[in-house]
Amino acid sequence: MLSRSSARTAQAHLQNASRSFATVETDIFKPTKFGSKYTVTLIPGDGIGAEVAESVKTVFKADSVPIDWEQVDASGVDSGAPGSAEEMFRESVASLKRNKLGLKGILHTPISRSGHQSFNVAMRQELDIYASVCLIKNIPGYETRHKGVDLVIIRENTEGEYSGLEHQSVPGVVESLKIITRLKSERIAKFAFAFALANNRKKVTCIHKANIMKLADGLFRTTVTDVAADYPTIEVNDMIVDNASMQAVSKPQQFDVMVMPNLYGGILSNIGAALVGGPGIVPGCNMGRDVAVFEPGCRHVGLDIKGKDQANPTALLLSGTMLLRHLGLDDHANRISRAIYGVIADGKYRTRDMGGDSTTHEFTRAILDKMDTL
Amino acid sequence: MEGDGIGPEISQAVKDIFEAAKTPIAWEPVDVTPILKNGKTAIPDATIESIERNKVALKGPLALLTHVRPPLVRATSLFNLTLRRTFNLFANLRPCRSIAGYKTPYDNVDTVLIRENTEGEYSGIEHVVVDGVVQSIKLITREASERVLRFAFQHAQEIGRKKVRVVHKATIMKMSDGLFLRVANEVAKDFPEIEFDAELLDNTCLKMVTDPLPYNDKVLVMPNLYGDILSDMCAGLIGGLGLTPSGNIGDECSIFEAVHGSAPDIAGKGLANPTALLLSSMMMLRHMGLTEYADRIERATFDTLAEGKALTGDLGGKAKTSEYAAAIISKL
Repeated sequence: MLSRSSARTAQAHLQNASRSFATVETDIFKPTKFGSKYTVTLIPGDGIGAEVAESVKTVFKADSVPIDWEQVDASGVDSGAPGSAEEMFRESVASLKRNKLGLKGILHTPISRSGHQSFNVAMRQELDIYASVCLIKNIPGYETRHKGVDLVIIRENTEGEYSGLEHQSVPGVVESLKIITRLKSERIAKFAFAFALANNRKKVTCIHKANIMKLADGLFRTTVTDVAADYPTIEVNDMIVDNASMQAVSKPQQFDVMVMPNLYGGILSNIGAALVGGPGIVPGCNMGRDVAVFEPGCRHVGLDIKGKDQANPTALLLSGTMLLRHLGLDDHANRISRAIYGVIADGKYRTRDMGGDSTTHEFTRAILDKMDTL
Repeated sequence: MEGDGIGPEISQAVKDIFEAAKTPIAWEPVDVTPILKNGKTAIPDATIESIERNKVALKGPLALLTHVRPPLVRATSLFNLTLRRTFNLFANLRPCRSIAGYKTPYDNVDTVLIRENTEGEYSGIEHVVVDGVVQSIKLITREASERVLRFAFQHAQEIGRKKVRVVHKATIMKMSDGLFLRVANEVAKDFPEIEFDAELLDNTCLKMVTDPLPYNDKVLVMPNLYGDILSDMCAGLIGGLGLTPSGNIGDECSIFEAVHGSAPDIAGKGLANPTALLLSSMMMLRHMGLTEYADRIERATFDTLAEGKALTGDLGGKAKTSEYAAAIISKL
């Protein structure tokens, strides 16, 4: 992710760019701060959200992190009371607009046609948090089928297949619009290259399906290639999404930073998460012009294990440490992430998804104990 | 359709093996080099006539077209699109099975995936609204959905699988994927002995790559793009497109093919691995009801691969295409 100093580096490069539509700006970072404490919106979300958010609060408190949480219990699960879900959602958006910073779990989205639109998507579109960053990396000491995976998925968050524009021309014939614009493709491309530069990454791979969707994905690919010209030190290549998925499960080590439209991001972040051990350990964030929201990179609600004290809080905890680095609170971030990695490497306390039998509480306790020794 | 590059060599291997197995098949070779017709790339008429007459075809890989934009588009994509439309090949059948003798991070994979082949994201309907704003239309119709879903259930019955699962993204695309899902629920009622469920695309990606084994008793069916991506991903699990067959099923005609590239770098050297085309040809035999022949060739092929003595270079062996074919023939 972009730390403050790296954001500045990115900005230096972006100033040279010819156009400047809502790209990374220096004032991306203007969180609410009272005295020496930051106010950050906390949206635990549905499913395992409440449990893992509890874990984050406990760990952050134990490390005396200077953050006051402004918790909004928005939910995508229909509670029965008409309009109540919508109201809480509005409140969460308002809170994020105020604080400019948030830590968020995942909100449930119903399948039924009468059900509401995805709050997750609506939030990203409304706050224009256009760049989703998902960090896929092996955790030392936790063996999976694939070794040496270290890739970043950067996904356009606000258009593409998730435009929400659909209609039925005649009964039994439905059209769904995928929208690709040069402006949004350009800013996500700039974000990807700026990210690569700021984080010492060497290569950006553009993922597309331009052989079939010649105009839409063609525009995306051409735009990424055009933007690449401003970053001569970063290698650029492109790959068709089906081939990328095949390569990801056979030779994931070849990837560095990957940039792509919305839907492919959903697919590849899930494939990526599976490579390194599941959605419970993959952190991420959504960056916008004004607002940054940190949420697990591989967006799973976890309704099936809700309330069972089985959830792995690692993804939200690591997303939280990304937030700390974003605020420049590197000491706190380092201590907390070292404790998390330490506990996982020790192998004594692991949640069920990592092959252990620790509860969320036991795992959190182990992290607290580990922090005491650091 | 032998195809380009390594096409003729691997086709020869398949022909030799078929002859040794005494399969009752006579080949009618046709040309697949695209021709220009009224300024558009098209399939030669003789090829179309041959497929219409014979109803069944086997197809090798096609070369990259360098004269089209974007460059490096396989002729396959253009050619296949044309074939699919000409013959209404509505379902793409993509099974993936681990090959004993070729080690990947995943063991005992045995997935069957069916992809809608004619519409969805590949409708080809796109336009520039204003400069810099493009709309691409994903088209889902009840008719095409029902056709492919019905095929999925029938295929499950045929191969003895008890479960059919639809993969969708109806949380976001409530109307289009919603329609696909709704039709699936309706079609499922006609197959009460088959268990039917649905899964979000995200979950399928996550679970398959984490552990593909729970998918071994299911037939997966999905719209075009998801099927394209997931079928290649499954191929990745077992070692790539060189080891997976593919069948395009239509109302009247069906075309079975190797979906890998034409590998011009090793063409004519006798080094190519014919396995994908061979597996596709067995799928063809089964489609034609020649199951016994398919089973025999399949056993011989898998035994040869498992033994590992006569493997081609891509599988880490030193054998030539002909030596590999000879090993299979000796097993027969």
